[in-house]
Amino acid sequence: MTLFGFRVPMMASLLVWCVIWEIVGRSGAMFLIPPLSDVIVAAVALVQTATWQSAAITTLNSFLLGMFFAIVVGIAIGVLMGRSTTADSLLGIWVNIFVSAPLSALVPVLMILFGMGETTVVVTVFLFAVWIIVLDTRAGIQGVPPSLVEMGRSYGASPWTLYGKIIFFAALPEILAGIRLGVVRGVKGVVIGQLLVAIIGYGELFELYSRNFDMENFWALTIILFAAAMGLSALIESIEKRVDYYAGVR
Amino acid sequence: MRNITAQAASAAAVAAGSDVAVEVRGVCKMYNEVEALRGIDLDFPAGKLTTLLGPSGCGKTTLLKIIAGLIPATSGEIRVNGQTVTGPGPERAFVFQDFALMPWATVMRNVAFGLELKGMGKDERQSIARKYIAEVGLSGFESKYPHELSGGMRQRVGLARAFAVNADVLLLDEPFSAVDEQNRRKFQEDLLELVEKEKKTFIFVTHSIEEAVYCSDRIVILSRRPGRIAQIIEPEIDRTASPDAIRRDQGYLDTVEEIWQGLKRYVD
Repeated sequence: MTLFGFRVPMMASLLVWCVIWEIVGRSGAMFLIPPLSDVIVAAVALVQTATWQSAAITTLNSFLLGMFFAIVVGIAIGVLMGRSTTADSLLGIWVNIFVSAPLSALVPVLMILFGMGETTVVVTVFLFAVWIIVLDTRAGIQGVPPSLVEMGRSYGASPWTLYGKIIFFAALPEILAGIRLGVVRGVKGVVIGQLLVAIIGYGELFELYSRNFDMENFWALTIILFAAAMGLSALIESIEKRVDYYAGVR
Repeated sequence: MRNITAQAASAAAVAAGSDVAVEVRGVCKMYNEVEALRGIDLDFPAGKLTTLLGPSGCGKTTLLKIIAGLIPATSGEIRVNGQTVTGPGPERAFVFQDFALMPWATVMRNVAFGLELKGMGKDERQSIARKYIAEVGLSGFESKYPHELSGGMRQRVGLARAFAVNADVLLLDEPFSAVDEQNRRKFQEDLLELVEKEKKTFIFVTHSIEEAVYCSDRIVILSRRPGRIAQIIEPEIDRTASPDAIRRDQGYLDTVEEIWQGLKRYVD
């Protein structure tokens, strides 16, 4: 973007919004919005507390565990659906329902099934992330050029080699896109899960700060979470870009 | 030019002698209700380039893929070096119309891929691959990726991959159809040199009459669906002449005309 003939750097728009936040906060118009500078001070103090650190570890643990299962199961089901029309018509309807369903509504049911603990949060992360990974993997597998599969067969690849050396790599751009979208959903899942369970990790802190109208800490927590989610997504995007150089030429 | 008419074709199609690489016996192919091939009997002489030519949808690619073992015949059988074909085998290598290169792998890995699947060690397969990369004229491109190459160069990679596995029979499915005209001519000339040098049996599918006459020792013309053998022509062109002389040769031009007259009736 250029403004009055000057090239404006990428993050400049963020700065504008930061300034607006600071002004609104200082004006005292809304007590829900403290000045950004106070929030940043609170964030720096917050990350040094043992409460935050243990909450972050609990949250990260649930998130990574849930994502791990979502990726493994998502890719497996996606490959199955991409290669077998029977599996596709059998599972397709469920995947499509769950990918668009408001899964938050299911969390109370999960609490009954899995108790008021970390297991429920892990399952929530899994359920939030897995469906989009299934759909994208399936799309990737279906997009594998038939001639590449024939090539593998004609040069004597066994079925396993065919999947491991050809089909997986040919579908990798879509699989990575699915994982990136899954990660974004997984972050939502971990927070919603913890908020509803309300006694562990980040959810507990959110509950605590918002109930006490401790807005500096509340916003600090939010900003840290957003930054973490965006950072993760950007990390996967950078892997995607390295793989993308061939995606366009298939 | 030797023209074997349709009536005599079945008798002549089965050549006498032992130097037959691929035998096709009574092959029929049905796709559900559609009959793609009917009663194909054909011998492919060893060390020669035989072309399958015909109107689009005549089943020539189907026949090639049946020979490759990639799709099963509905009835009939294929024998390669006397062995009945039940699936793909190491004595046959396939060159694909859309190249079928792995876009995430370098030229080197693509060319060596057939050997990699055989479980050959890295150094050994790379030295073999390097030799064939040089033979198809791509030395210096070993570490390039397919998307950095032109269409013609990509198909050279596909050809080198097929040579590298040292198969007796090379099956080429319209290898030049996705290559631009100028590159195609150069490529045809190079292919003839390689046919001379490699002493392998080539089975070549094309829809270009000029290409068939220019490259082939023998041309099998298939009729429209259901595909049957309509005609077999041996161009008998003097290949010692320069490529440009061949393209102006009267025998070459007559053969092209003859085939066109035969095929014209299949064109709408």
